[in-house]
Amino acid sequence: MKTVIAENLVKTYDKGKVRALDGLNLDVEEGTVLSVLGPNGAGKTTVVRILTTLLRADSGNAQVAGIDVVNNPEKVREVIGLSGQYAAVDEILTGYDNLVMFGELYHLGKKQAVVRANELLERFSLTEAAKRPIKTYSGGMRRRLDLAASLIVKPKVLFLDEPTTGLDPRGRQEMWGVIQELVKGGVTLLLTTQYLEEADQLADDIAVIDTGKVIARGTSDALKKQVGGERLEVVVEQQHIAKTMEIVSAVSGHTAGLDEGLRLITAPVSTGSVALFEVLKSLDSAGIHALDVGLKRPSLDDVFLALTGHTAEVKVEEKEVKK
Amino acid sequence: MRALNDIYIITRRQLLLLSRVPEVLIFSTIQPVMFVLLFRYVFGGSIDTGQPGGYVQLLMPGIFVQTVAFTLAGTASGLAEDMKKGLIDRFRSLPISQSALVIGRTLGDSLLNIVVLAVMGIAGYVVGWRPSSGIGNIALGFLFLLFFGYALSWVGVLVGLSASDARVVQNVSFIVTFPLTFLSNAFAPTTGMPRALQYFAEWNPVSTMVAACRELFGLENQFGATAGSFPSEHPLVTSLFYMVVIMVIFIPLSLRKYRNYAE
Ligand SMILES: Nc1ncnc2c1ncn2[C@@H]1O[C@H](COP(=O)(O)OP(=O)(O)OP(=O)(O)O)[C@@H](O)[C@H]1O
Ligand SMILES: [Mg+2]
Repeated sequence: MKTVIAENLVKTYDKGKVRALDGLNLDVEEGTVLSVLGPNGAGKTTVVRILTTLLRADSGNAQVAGIDVVNNPEKVREVIGLSGQYAAVDEILTGYDNLVMFGELYHLGKKQAVVRANELLERFSLTEAAKRPIKTYSGGMRRRLDLAASLIVKPKVLFLDEPTTGLDPRGRQEMWGVIQELVKGGVTLLLTTQYLEEADQLADDIAVIDTGKVIARGTSDALKKQVGGERLEVVVEQQHIAKTMEIVSAVSGHTAGLDEGLRLITAPVSTGSVALFEVLKSLDSAGIHALDVGLKRPSLDDVFLALTGHTAEVKVEEKEVKK
Repeated sequence: MRALNDIYIITRRQLLLLSRVPEVLIFSTIQPVMFVLLFRYVFGGSIDTGQPGGYVQLLMPGIFVQTVAFTLAGTASGLAEDMKKGLIDRFRSLPISQSALVIGRTLGDSLLNIVVLAVMGIAGYVVGWRPSSGIGNIALGFLFLLFFGYALSWVGVLVGLSASDARVVQNVSFIVTFPLTFLSNAFAPTTGMPRALQYFAEWNPVSTMVAACRELFGLENQFGATAGSFPSEHPLVTSLFYMVVIMVIFIPLSLRKYRNYAE
């Protein structure tokens, strides 16, 4: 069963001047994770806000758990959890106060709300900070609290808009751990991200969007196959470039590319570290000392390059998304 | 019932915020207390009122009305702040009564007024304010003030939801409230003003409120140009009428604005 369905969503801003969504189609199978992957300004927040009843589309249909978001927004709100792009918790109140308040607003009753708040604080490693105002929290803690607030009543569908943007690598790891737990618990999740790696880690299914449209849809494996998997990168001294390109091409089976300025030789590889080892061995027996060698996973840019022939354009007029 | 519960929780949040940031309470009382001292001791000496007990008797109702009038700014900027932080989105994604957030805020801001008025009353007493009308009327006077503040807080909701920036909200609110409170009988008799201004000042809801409170606190009223007109004869009824009109206009407008937030 499809738990989330979006058909032909169109949304314009500024009296039609900005076309944020341009006939977008999406669906999420019950109990699975869909990652909506796209660069700044692609329309990720807009689609999340439409599906969570915060914004009305100009045209198109959307249903969440079988409920129409336009005709029955109250019903939709009962089954969803939302953690928006900017952590939306009361800065002045403590983490504990926030969760109790939201619990009461979910009509749990004071006692139950307190129990649930403590559970969630524990689960998201916030117990120590529970009695501190949110303004003293780090970005990662804020994010976790925001996520906790959207899980007070176990939602049927959870929406996370760029849950790790702005977090440092450690915060990101922590957040991934938390989300993976949720996924194991069987939640239906729609998550937006700018990072292919994140989509890969967390999602069953990926929808790549650009300028308000889905431009590719599939599992992360399928997508990666389309993109060409990992790339091998080697940097050598000027005089070794020709020989190194030969070696890399031989291992890869594709003609290696060269960035002359960086003296960087790259080629797609399918065997990962085995290929890396082979290249190192060949370089060694050729007496070439590599300045830098590595395997690079495909990035959003690589995906875009493969899908559209151009890299992810970052919209210049990147506005704060409000209203 | 659920709606009431939601409103109650939001109202309580408003109060919790105050307890966490006591500065807000301090600042919302310091300014009116300064006004009391300023007018009582700096200007008051040169205003001959002919009232027993002196200028402070006339002044205090004016200060009270001015204080509650600033509820407009408080509600507006608080709401604008919540919007800026995306907090409104969170509330709007919850399965709660959609008007609870704004109703709760207006109620919370009115409860803050109780505390502020209590502090003002005590400050007034210290500098010689002695209402002479008996406990019942005094209580009624304060109730009246709270009601006025509540009505204005709905204007604040509309201002707060309409503006794009919290600082704009502050400015707009002050531009609305300052002339209204000063072009009135709150601090000086209107009789000294040019005649055209007198008409404005005397029909001004702030003036009728001040006049009504003076009456309730046991004072004579002085109207200049409009002496004998309905508002001058019946400031209480006129004020009530104004409040009802404000609420009838601004409550539906504000609630609609909030609901249509999704465009
Ligand atoms: N309130 C608004 N007024 C005008 N234009 C807007 C508004 N909100 C969004 N837009 C525009 O709509 C487009 C899509 O925005 P959206 O916020 O959905 O993108 P996004 O994928 O979430 O981007 P980001 O990764 O930066 O969060 C962008 O071009 C953006 O500038
Ligand atoms: Mg966004």
